[in-house]
Amino acid sequence: MARVGVVVFPGSCDEADALGAANRTPGLSAEYLWHGDAGLNGVEAVVIPGGFSYGDYLRPGAIARFSPVMDAVAAFAREGGPVLGICNGFQVLCEAGLLPGALLPNAGLRFVCRQVPLTVERSDTQWTAACEPGEKLSIPVKHSVGRYFAPPQMLDELEAQGQVVLRYGAGGNPNGSLRDIAGVVNEQGNVLGLMPHPEHAVDPLEGSEDGAKLFASVARHLEAVPA
Amino acid sequence: MSAPAAPALERLYEQAAALGLTHAELDRIRVLLERDPNELELAVFSLLWSEHCAYKHSKKLLRKLPTGGPRVLMGPGENAGAIDAGDGLAVVFKVESHNHPSAVEPFQGAATGVGGILRDIFALGARPVAVLDSLRFGDPQTARTRYLLDRAVAGIASYGNSVGVATVGGEVYFEPPYEQNCLVNAMCVGIAPADRLLSSAAHGTGNVLVLLGARTGRDGIGGASVLASAELDEADESKRPSVQIGDPLEESKLIECCMELVDADLLVALQDLGAAGLSSSTSEMASKGEVGLDIDVSRVPLREADMEPFEIMISESQERMLCVVEPGRVEDVLAVCERWETNSTPIGEVTDTQRLRVFDGEELVGDMPVTALVDECPLYDLEPAEPEDRMAVYAAQRRELEPSSDPADTLRALLSSPNIASRRWVFEQYDHLVGSRTTRRPEQADAAVLRLMYAGEDTGKAIAVSIDGNGRRVACDPYIGAAEAVCECAANLACVGAEPLGLTNCLNFGNPEKPHVAWQLTCAVEGLAAACSVMDIPVVGGNVSLYNEGPGGPIYPTPVVGMVGELPGPEVACPSGFRSPTGEPDVVALIGPFTPSLLGSETRRMQGEVAGELPPFDLAAVTEALGAVREAVRAGVLHSAHDVSDGGLAACIAEAAILGGTGAQVDLDPLMRRADVDAETALFGEGPGGILVSGPREELLALSRRISRHGFLALGQVGGDAVRIGAGIGRIDLSVEEATALHQGFLEELFSSPITDRVS
Repeated sequence: MARVGVVVFPGSCDEADALGAANRTPGLSAEYLWHGDAGLNGVEAVVIPGGFSYGDYLRPGAIARFSPVMDAVAAFAREGGPVLGICNGFQVLCEAGLLPGALLPNAGLRFVCRQVPLTVERSDTQWTAACEPGEKLSIPVKHSVGRYFAPPQMLDELEAQGQVVLRYGAGGNPNGSLRDIAGVVNEQGNVLGLMPHPEHAVDPLEGSEDGAKLFASVARHLEAVPA
Repeated sequence: MSAPAAPALERLYEQAAALGLTHAELDRIRVLLERDPNELELAVFSLLWSEHCAYKHSKKLLRKLPTGGPRVLMGPGENAGAIDAGDGLAVVFKVESHNHPSAVEPFQGAATGVGGILRDIFALGARPVAVLDSLRFGDPQTARTRYLLDRAVAGIASYGNSVGVATVGGEVYFEPPYEQNCLVNAMCVGIAPADRLLSSAAHGTGNVLVLLGARTGRDGIGGASVLASAELDEADESKRPSVQIGDPLEESKLIECCMELVDADLLVALQDLGAAGLSSSTSEMASKGEVGLDIDVSRVPLREADMEPFEIMISESQERMLCVVEPGRVEDVLAVCERWETNSTPIGEVTDTQRLRVFDGEELVGDMPVTALVDECPLYDLEPAEPEDRMAVYAAQRRELEPSSDPADTLRALLSSPNIASRRWVFEQYDHLVGSRTTRRPEQADAAVLRLMYAGEDTGKAIAVSIDGNGRRVACDPYIGAAEAVCECAANLACVGAEPLGLTNCLNFGNPEKPHVAWQLTCAVEGLAAACSVMDIPVVGGNVSLYNEGPGGPIYPTPVVGMVGELPGPEVACPSGFRSPTGEPDVVALIGPFTPSLLGSETRRMQGEVAGELPPFDLAAVTEALGAVREAVRAGVLHSAHDVSDGGLAACIAEAAILGGTGAQVDLDPLMRRADVDAETALFGEGPGGILVSGPREELLALSRRISRHGFLALGQVGGDAVRIGAGIGRIDLSVEEATALHQGFLEELFSSPITDRVS
């Protein structure tokens, strides 16, 4: 079994959901990591879950990035360890400089919770290897600060280097993200941030099980299951 | 006592009156204390003896509600009700109002309404898992309504989403009597191990009282008496400082902290600080445990350094809890709180004096018998009188629809009516998924369905929750209207295959000292009691919100009913929308003794003709029919189930088509014959006891034979791209596309642009 750590900050909301989604993935076993601890307890992958770390005060992710655990996450990421930031986790990773760009308030200026269509742009990352290139996924979003932004030149570079991993499908951009970007990966390809919540799409009774593919991808990457 | 009052005493009566106490009530306080109260004591009494805390106009009436049952673990009187849900788990729930704060400052009023009801739930040691809201506003076209709705929804979203509790359902109505006095009721549902429910009763002399959570400030001073127990008037802007300010991060930490304290079995008792702050929480904990409490206000962590002892006692600062801890475990409690970055401060101890004694350091600044505070408030008999014209006090409804309209135009108007149009614009602002329990989201089924799981352990079973009420119909007939609210909730549960476990209610009414309002309140409680008795549903808690009146008069009497039910598994729940998964077109049928009437209906409202009556109905027959629907859903016979509600059968059929994305051909002649009604009534008449279902032909045929005594009418079949309804010579032919645009568009269009002006 490959061990996955789910970081818990004050104000995290979806940590139990992320833990549950990882635990139901063959080959993965999940545990919590505490924001105040300086180590990662030897886990082989890290998930920074959704929620409102530190109440989203100042700016989403702006305070959480200074937590002791984030130094360890940054070191782990530099060494090529798989890191997934979901929603608030994506915001934290951008604030920490581990991912390019920033997340701004939704174009509609309101919180939005709905199922959205996604297209997988790259299926060769640690977190999307179980998807087909161009595969359509249905996964919910729920956020009020999710409009992906980067200067045009940076967006061109990201696209040229294949760092845009997920886009909202036609007509399904819920927040005004530039170029319909829903998820980006770092240059090394091991740190993925996305606004949609794959941990809320792991059971047909909840609307979709497409999100399970992200967790299955990292299990495959960690060789916890046969490819 | 007949000697002329001394000047000091005269001032005391004036002070008491300013705090909302009558002359006679102050006299009673003086007798109970055997002296004059000081300023702090007077402030504490005025809050605990307010309508909001003491229920002095409603307590006698509420005794009529059935509260017992074999599965009731905690009933009224505790912070929330609790029912045995099986598998060692309890489901804990309650609904509460935050009307006046929301009318004065909608964002914070609604946000702290959510925060307050969450604390009622985790005070029992239960983890909050779901929130539902019941909202009422005035004319949706006015700037004031748009401002109130926009900010109240934003407040609920801001708080509920941030604390990580799913908002899974709710309702909103727009009617002129709520123009000045909107209603914001919030319900919370929690889950706890049944053998570990925590009481708020303090006990154990020498045990320590520990205050948890936020610091205490001047916010919300006098909220219970100033806002909650008097009518609203033009000068309400000045009451804004009485509205509390919420901090959802603090609440989120407080929830996790309390869950850990309860898990570690470190607490003797736990109580939230709500209305009247420390005054009421200490009094209630002492009263329930039949003990005394000594509290030192100088130890309470403050936001502002120079607060008076009385201000500390009555502050309604949010995100605070009070617990009783054995002395040997205080260090452990403080350590858990420190880990969650939550303040925790020992501020007093349990005594055997049966008095609430307030100290400021060494100085005794207040000393009151606990029973005087909690049990001795005078209870008042209502003086109900049925008015000659039940609707006379309400402004007439504006005519939006000509009575002679073509039925298809009436249906178009109904689908885009503010009371029927899709609530998508509202519920998409709420996180309804967090916690991974939600298996039926808003608009997927008539009730929200949640997995019954605790601490990651899934029992495989599910609970269903719904909240309902229709003030206009209660105004037409308080007894029948209130009974209908119970039926509506039970019908929503039946549609997903759930059996009711228990009920909570929030009674939103006008000034009970007025005979008309007293009559409405009396009849409505009797109607609730009758429906709950026949349906065998215990009332395990609730809240009363009186004095909901503005300059234009009282609100519609609005009992809001929240209900929780159980079902064998989340997969059995039927969706509301039509579908034909087998390829063969499904049959559409109506189950139940439904007898449509246009009295009090949404159609009559739009026609500007709301008369003060509703037809009576047979509660037992409705109960049996809902049971038959529930069993059919559980047996997997049905593909959809949707109860007939606002807009009648035509709107119900159109909604099932819109939600399922497929048309239907339906003929209402069988209903016209059975109920002996005309076409307009069959199409748009309302009333309890009607469930629109669809399913495979053979299965429904067999079902019709089994349940014929409960009323079963085959009406047509699913299919096509239009809603085609015939009733006598009346014909409706409306494409699903157009119906969808009308239904989904209204609120979205109204609110698509953010409101930037602050208009009242």
